[in-house]
Amino acid sequence: MSGEQAGAAVEVLAQPEFGDEPGTVRELLLGTWRGRFGLAVVALFAFMALFGKAIAPYPPDASSLDVLAPPSIHHLLGTTESGADVLSQVLVGARVSIVVGLAAAAISAVLGSTVGLVGGYFGGWTDRGLDALENWFLVIPTLPLMIVLARLLNPSLTVLIAVIGLTSWAGTGRIVRAQVLTLRERAFVERARALGAGDGYIIRKHILPNTLPLIFANTVLIVAVAILSEAALSFLGLGDPTRISWGTMLENAFESGAPSAQAWWYVIPPGLCITVLVLAISILGYLFEEHVNPRLREHG
Amino acid sequence: MNDETLMDVRELEVQFRARRGVARAVDGVSLEWRRGEVLGVVGESGSGKSTLARAMLGLVPSAAGAVELEGRAVNGKASLGELRRRVQMIFQDPYQTLNPRQRVGTIVTEPLIVQGVPRGEHEARVRRALEDVGLDPERFGGRYPYQLSGGQRQRVAIAAALVLEPEGLICDEPVSMLDASVRTQILAVLGELKRRRGLGLVFITHDLSLAWALCDRIAVMYLGRVVEQGSAPDVIERPQHPYTQALVTAVPVPSAGGGGRRELLSGELPDATAVPSGCRFHPRCPRRFGPCDRVDPPLIATGGSQLAACLLHDPALATEVQAARGD
Repeated sequence: MSGEQAGAAVEVLAQPEFGDEPGTVRELLLGTWRGRFGLAVVALFAFMALFGKAIAPYPPDASSLDVLAPPSIHHLLGTTESGADVLSQVLVGARVSIVVGLAAAAISAVLGSTVGLVGGYFGGWTDRGLDALENWFLVIPTLPLMIVLARLLNPSLTVLIAVIGLTSWAGTGRIVRAQVLTLRERAFVERARALGAGDGYIIRKHILPNTLPLIFANTVLIVAVAILSEAALSFLGLGDPTRISWGTMLENAFESGAPSAQAWWYVIPPGLCITVLVLAISILGYLFEEHVNPRLREHG
Repeated sequence: MNDETLMDVRELEVQFRARRGVARAVDGVSLEWRRGEVLGVVGESGSGKSTLARAMLGLVPSAAGAVELEGRAVNGKASLGELRRRVQMIFQDPYQTLNPRQRVGTIVTEPLIVQGVPRGEHEARVRRALEDVGLDPERFGGRYPYQLSGGQRQRVAIAAALVLEPEGLICDEPVSMLDASVRTQILAVLGELKRRRGLGLVFITHDLSLAWALCDRIAVMYLGRVVEQGSAPDVIERPQHPYTQALVTAVPVPSAGGGGRRELLSGELPDATAVPSGCRFHPRCPRRFGPCDRVDPPLIATGGSQLAACLLHDPALATEVQAARGD
């Protein structure tokens, strides 16, 4: 290999990494149609989560004699089996879905990155033990595990968040571990060690900052999974019975026989909200992931 | 060891577990590194010179032998910490040794943080270190590594090593990844530091002419062992070991080798998992004779400052050597 070629090769390696330039994240979100779509949808639902209660036309649990009424001027999305306004419930329900999604993903991110960092960096028996734990969580079907855990504990928002967070960290752990395995062999880590830096310092200052973009991209995807899981658990009656979420709406709809009563307005709005929000977040997550890991990009 | 000694390496051995057994990367190396001295360690890829450098700072565990700082053995956390404060290292690849997420200012400050230097001194010392390597602190302090050229990166690495005001600097092929023009700049920076600060250098390189131009003393490594050492002019101009002789004649060094016959080596450097019996160089040696495949030669004084690990210089074998020459 000639000197020039070697120079070109290292220049490629020296390309700025994700987040190095302040412009890249903004470009990613605003410069691609996927980014714009994802951002717009997420912004819309974030607005619902923040102000849903304030803009809802009725209190979400206000019952009336107008039971399972189709959409009308008074109830734009019809009413529930107890005569409550479906639109109001959809608006208010956004908060629980998004809060559970974010909180569970945060727990998963912290657990997954800690396990990945510690296992990947220290290696040996620590790594083998953590890796086995990770594999166990990866292999076991998550939904049944969540159902069992949620059944064992009293249904509440905290339990829901904890159960989803505890069962969804393994993928993050695995990805972080793989990244740490390559990072710890990098020359700048050896240089830090030659300066006399300890393991804690090296992990905090050299390994973690270089895994954060990966953790971030992965966690965005986990938010989508967590929202879906919340809906699934609530639909199975394992959610917080005192709070309205899209999942509990679907559960109530099915309990009350809304589908057989042709009450599509009760089933489709919460279902569509879950689908569109999860889709938008996933699109953003994949966008970030492709950016962090160029190998996933279609054409170099 | 005497008062002038900064570091002593004694019978150091480093082994790696490889697929085909144990690789003896460093196989019994003894070296003395004096204060303010530029000690060259020369050898081919795979000779163990980089591993030796790492082992000197405890970055790879040694299987046997000792590393001493001013006559005191380095073992345990405290002495290793002191060693890593007083002796710094520069690595080969400036594209890999800087954390892509740290700014230049952070990179150069880091050693001060790690070694617990009072915060008040940081700014002045970082400025001085950057100025010493010819980088304007105002212009470069806020940049990220990807915004720098290879030469600038290596200078940042040198500044980060200097900021602790070390007494010794171990340079592992510091210019082999750089363009020729940049190479000269970096060497000038290192030379200047030696002159102005009395900084001692261990200069690891495969480039004999570079070692000749820069070093006070040279140790030539072959397959994990020092086969010849002495003052740089002696080793380059009057090499005593057949391996050094081959290296010298292969490299276009002006005036070196005395225009003697060219001895090009045949074969490849053997695997460190399969070190040949006797003298480890004998399968490739153009001057091997009777006992070479049986006797592992120690370093033998050959006059002046020089030592060579070659049976040709063993006085006990003088008659056999004579006979071999007669053939």
